[in-house]
Amino acid sequence: MTVSQTSFGSHEPVLEIKDLTVKYRGDTRSTTAVDRVSFSIGVGEIFGLAGESGCGKSTIANAIMRLLRDPAEISGGSIRFGGRDVLSMGSEELRRFRWQDVAMVFQSAMNSLNPVMTIGDQIVDIYTTHAGYSRKESLRRAAELLELVRIDPARLKSYPHQLSGGMRQRAVIAMAVALKPSLLILDEPTTALDVVVQQEILAQIKELQHELGFSVLFITHDMSLMVELSHRMAVMYGGRIVETARAKHIHTAPQHPYTQALMGAFPPLTGPRVPLTGLPDGVKFSNIADLREVSPGHFVSPLPVLQGAQP
Amino acid sequence: MSTNNPAPEAPVQESSVQMPPARKVPAKQIPALEVRGLVKDFHSGGLFSRASVRALGGVDLTIGKGQIVALVGESGSGKSTLARCVARLEKPTAGQILVNGINVLKRDRFQASKEYRSQLQMVFQDPFGSLNPVHRVEHFLTRSLTLHGKAGTADELRIRLDQLMTTVGLTPDMLNSYPHELSGGQRQRVAIARALAVEPDVILADEPTSMLDVSVRIGILNLMRQLRDRQGISMLYITHDLASARYLADRIAVMFAGEVVEEGESLDVLANPAHPYTRLLVSAVPDPARTGSYDPADRAALRAAVMESASCVFDGDRQQRCSVTEPVRHLVGNAANRHWVRCHLYRPTAAAAGHALSSDPSASIAADGSLTESKASA
Repeated sequence: MTVSQTSFGSHEPVLEIKDLTVKYRGDTRSTTAVDRVSFSIGVGEIFGLAGESGCGKSTIANAIMRLLRDPAEISGGSIRFGGRDVLSMGSEELRRFRWQDVAMVFQSAMNSLNPVMTIGDQIVDIYTTHAGYSRKESLRRAAELLELVRIDPARLKSYPHQLSGGMRQRAVIAMAVALKPSLLILDEPTTALDVVVQQEILAQIKELQHELGFSVLFITHDMSLMVELSHRMAVMYGGRIVETARAKHIHTAPQHPYTQALMGAFPPLTGPRVPLTGLPDGVKFSNIADLREVSPGHFVSPLPVLQGAQP
Repeated sequence: MSTNNPAPEAPVQESSVQMPPARKVPAKQIPALEVRGLVKDFHSGGLFSRASVRALGGVDLTIGKGQIVALVGESGSGKSTLARCVARLEKPTAGQILVNGINVLKRDRFQASKEYRSQLQMVFQDPFGSLNPVHRVEHFLTRSLTLHGKAGTADELRIRLDQLMTTVGLTPDMLNSYPHELSGGQRQRVAIARALAVEPDVILADEPTSMLDVSVRIGILNLMRQLRDRQGISMLYITHDLASARYLADRIAVMFAGEVVEEGESLDVLANPAHPYTRLLVSAVPDPARTGSYDPADRAALRAAVMESASCVFDGDRQQRCSVTEPVRHLVGNAANRHWVRCHLYRPTAAAAGHALSSDPSASIAADGSLTESKASA
């Protein structure tokens, strides 16, 4: 089995987030995008963060990387990475922390490649800047890296537009793991890709994770994808986590009505055709309470009040 | 007009399977929408270039009355080109489009007539872009009704508007809202109400749920299903999401490289996919309930079967002999499902630019002969 499955449950979190609160401040009013969110990711664990657009999942990812800019502001809580406090890092420490400790693959990251530099030059850049290798050594490592994600090393001389979307995304993932980070953040890594390619990219991530043993924070709105890939997952709504448990448990027995609606949004591929009901338009949950443990490792926010339900 | 117009541009291919009659209706009923041998070439290169890319290579597709047919395939497979041709936004190079048995390409030669628009309506992917932000919801519906002469008196119009809103699951007081005041799901419902206003026979829905938040997607699918069941509207549902196609559609047609390679009753196609490309698609859909997982060697074999098929499992089919040159259709399983697959020996001639398979890592490695190595390392 994968590294992560054997080490699952070890009390050795790579990343620990406690009561993280992020606000977007405006002139007249401010919005709380992330509201007292806590979770931790163990060594070699794949942790999924699910939710719809606007629920704050990408804000969390950016907060971990300390990428938030005005008007966003971390107004409370703590982020600890391997025992270090991320929020109090100085700029030089932060620079090493990014890429070497935590790497991130953004949504449609394949478009974030520099169009006027070859793939090889862009990877070499990482090694010369962050690891201090010579150009020759960097090139050798770059070739290895591409082989790792099954791209022909001859492609080092290609420009991004000469690669297909799937290959570009693979190249970006290769770049993310170049410095062997202990945590990889994947923010909707396959949203812009076709299903066949998506499946292969994810298989690639699993394989790399098995080989290199990093932890993954996997962000997506596709529940079936998440259940297939993650060990543990959390479902977010309106900046709060409404349910967190092992992915298999959430799949078989979702407790929170919002989780149930999300699960119901993905019709099964086998079995009889049963009518499903999603979340009706306009239904809002508010005042989401703190999580409570309903069974070992399964935390659910107590049932909220339904507002504005439509017939 | 007669149904069998001897059109000058005869269908490129003979369909070996009788066109399916619609569900719960007599077998001889004329299908709501029928596409015969549709070909679309796009001009490429410079002004004086004669080069062209074939996006559709002879597509046959039938949608019976009160039936939902899902057209699935990856980006670049030609499904949107087909939709644009049927919507008369592109002029097909050859072939016929029949609505209620009438060849509309012959009837309205240059562009879609108002009559055609009243028979066939479209719902687009992006409800944020398809509703003009400066108008209220009422305007969109009233305009559709007025243009097609269905408005009547002021009182009748009011009743009709309320009915439309109720049909799509919105409250009549939302008629006064602007699009920005509505959620994505509600906006898509307005777009559907606008299509419904002209009382069409066929609705063409091009990825109607892919821009919506996941939790409201199923609601839109349920609405579409309801429209079919209660009002008998036929639909062509274009999607890349096999799970939703299975949930909604009566039949699924799989497109690959500009041709329909497999078609049949939805559950049957997904349970017993016969074409290697369909199998590849089905195996790629994330399914938490699935046992077993991704096997790179299996998938490499499937890819090879799609791109370079050397044998056909239906070799020896007594009804249809295999052919390398003709797109023969073999019947799969129970004849009641009318599930057919195109012969594996025949490969589409379309250049099929940019389908996902060409991005295969092993395919690019295969050029220098190290494919076996990559498989072994997997």
